[in-house]
Amino acid sequence: MPVSTIWVLAEPSAAGISTSSLELLTAARSLASTVEAISWGPDTAANAAVLGDFGATRVHDVGDLGPALPGVPVAAALAALVAAGAPDAILIPTSTDGRDVAGRLSAKLDRPVLTNIVGLRDEGGLVTEHAVFGGSITVAAKFTGEGPGIFVVRAKTFTAEPAGTAPAAVVALGVPDTGATGLATITSSHKEERSGPSLDEAAVVVSGGRGLGEASAYSLIEELAGLLGGAAGASRAIVDAGWVPYSHQVGQTGKTVKPSVYLAFGISGATQHLVGMKGSKTIVAVNKDADAPIFSIADLGIVGDLHKVLPALIDALKNR
Amino acid sequence: MNVVVCVKQIPDPAAPPALEPGTNTLDRSGKLILDDSDAYGVEMALQLVDAAGGGEVTLVSMAPNSETSGLRTALAMGAAKAVLVSDPSLKGTDALGTAKVLAAACKRTQFDLILAATESTDGYTGTTPVQLAELLALPSVTFAKSVAVDGMTVRVERQTEAGYDEVTCPLPAVVTVTAGVVEPRYPSFKGIMAAKSKPIDEVTVADLGLEGQVGQSGARQEITSVAAAESRGAGEIVVDEGDGASRIVAFLESAKVI
Repeated sequence: MPVSTIWVLAEPSAAGISTSSLELLTAARSLASTVEAISWGPDTAANAAVLGDFGATRVHDVGDLGPALPGVPVAAALAALVAAGAPDAILIPTSTDGRDVAGRLSAKLDRPVLTNIVGLRDEGGLVTEHAVFGGSITVAAKFTGEGPGIFVVRAKTFTAEPAGTAPAAVVALGVPDTGATGLATITSSHKEERSGPSLDEAAVVVSGGRGLGEASAYSLIEELAGLLGGAAGASRAIVDAGWVPYSHQVGQTGKTVKPSVYLAFGISGATQHLVGMKGSKTIVAVNKDADAPIFSIADLGIVGDLHKVLPALIDALKNR
Repeated sequence: MNVVVCVKQIPDPAAPPALEPGTNTLDRSGKLILDDSDAYGVEMALQLVDAAGGGEVTLVSMAPNSETSGLRTALAMGAAKAVLVSDPSLKGTDALGTAKVLAAACKRTQFDLILAATESTDGYTGTTPVQLAELLALPSVTFAKSVAVDGMTVRVERQTEAGYDEVTCPLPAVVTVTAGVVEPRYPSFKGIMAAKSKPIDEVTVADLGLEGQVGQSGARQEITSVAAAESRGAGEIVVDEGDGASRIVAFLESAKVI
């Protein structure tokens, strides 16, 4: 069945609406004639302009949720809206709250989800693309039952492009009673101190892996990232070891990054890591193992001791 | 306090993965082990039960071929018992179907809290625990990097895009944990021996009343094609002879980063 109506979950963020949501609105425009957004928080009216600019004709506003975690109330409101008139597809960004909404909505509507989507096309119905086995294989999938399909899409699958269209009309959307399910509440928010860009947005990413040897060596990664105006990332191995927080993790179960340059120090290039950074424009790798899989995709590979190369690189940059 | 941990037994990540011919779903016919991601959930549960001064950890797992090796690993860590759902009709079950199975299995035991990994290492769909929570009409907190229970309230530090939020939630609830939330213990020899005789309650799809809702047809989705991904070739790989740093500087200059 051809696609005519797509709804996009538009997550509020510090910048207004999250970039991944804007990416999905851009994609939705090319796939369907009617695109609407669902959003929440106190600023939906202020965000109506950007939502319209990226293609939403209408935004259903769940409103200020107070301290409640968004997953449950947004999914409940969305399920009620679907019951009143279902779209062909609902696109949701792969974010912590996006996944919560997708999971709750899936169970409420008794509709399956397709997640980790890295491509979407209309072949008389939406067909999704997924990278499996560390990105070495691509599978295409589709839903076989009745809609709406719930599609959870990875960041940077699409590029956000404004269309120059009018602000979206804001329509209030009530939240039905969620009973015990809605009782999780946020008591305080902590913003990680970060100088420089986020992993998602950085033009340069410097990542460290197990080859660093110990947690304290990660400071060299951060120093280099700072000197290059980039962000610091990590392989799953060192996140699991507790050297850095999960927010730094790049990979299959972590962030996808697409910087101009990705520098990997002491990272073997296990397939689960490659999924998160294969799309980088250029890749530089330093590893003492000449057989490390990362060298099969590096544009510049240095087989050597990062404990020599990394400090020397930092010095060279400082002395320019 | 009683804690259920939903654990997955997955194809050994060290072995080359394969797809089933025909459906192109993941081939689960080989050796299965406890998903590394679940070692964190099991350890967290054991520590919470300890801190509460009593109770037990029950494992719940859906696996093919009556597989128990991953369960024995978690039982060796200190979990008390397990519920295993195994049935040929489960082949090809999707995340929502899995959540229905796990929800029905969880209802067979007493719990104050259900823990799971935020996502599995092999499927990484990342929605099953929240689908499970909805089916059980429970609140949930995902992406926990720290978990503590205080009476009938769970306090979680929840990873966010910008840092973390402190979240509280009344029990019973579902909480999913990220790697590094705790340091999982290695089972002791005594634990491994004791695990051999800990009870595993094995049930089928019919026992849970879920016929027709699981498996490939219950999934209501299918793989339409499989292809090798465009591979990215290697560029220049050199051995460092003291010039590694300067080569990288030259590269960064040509890439106009510096």
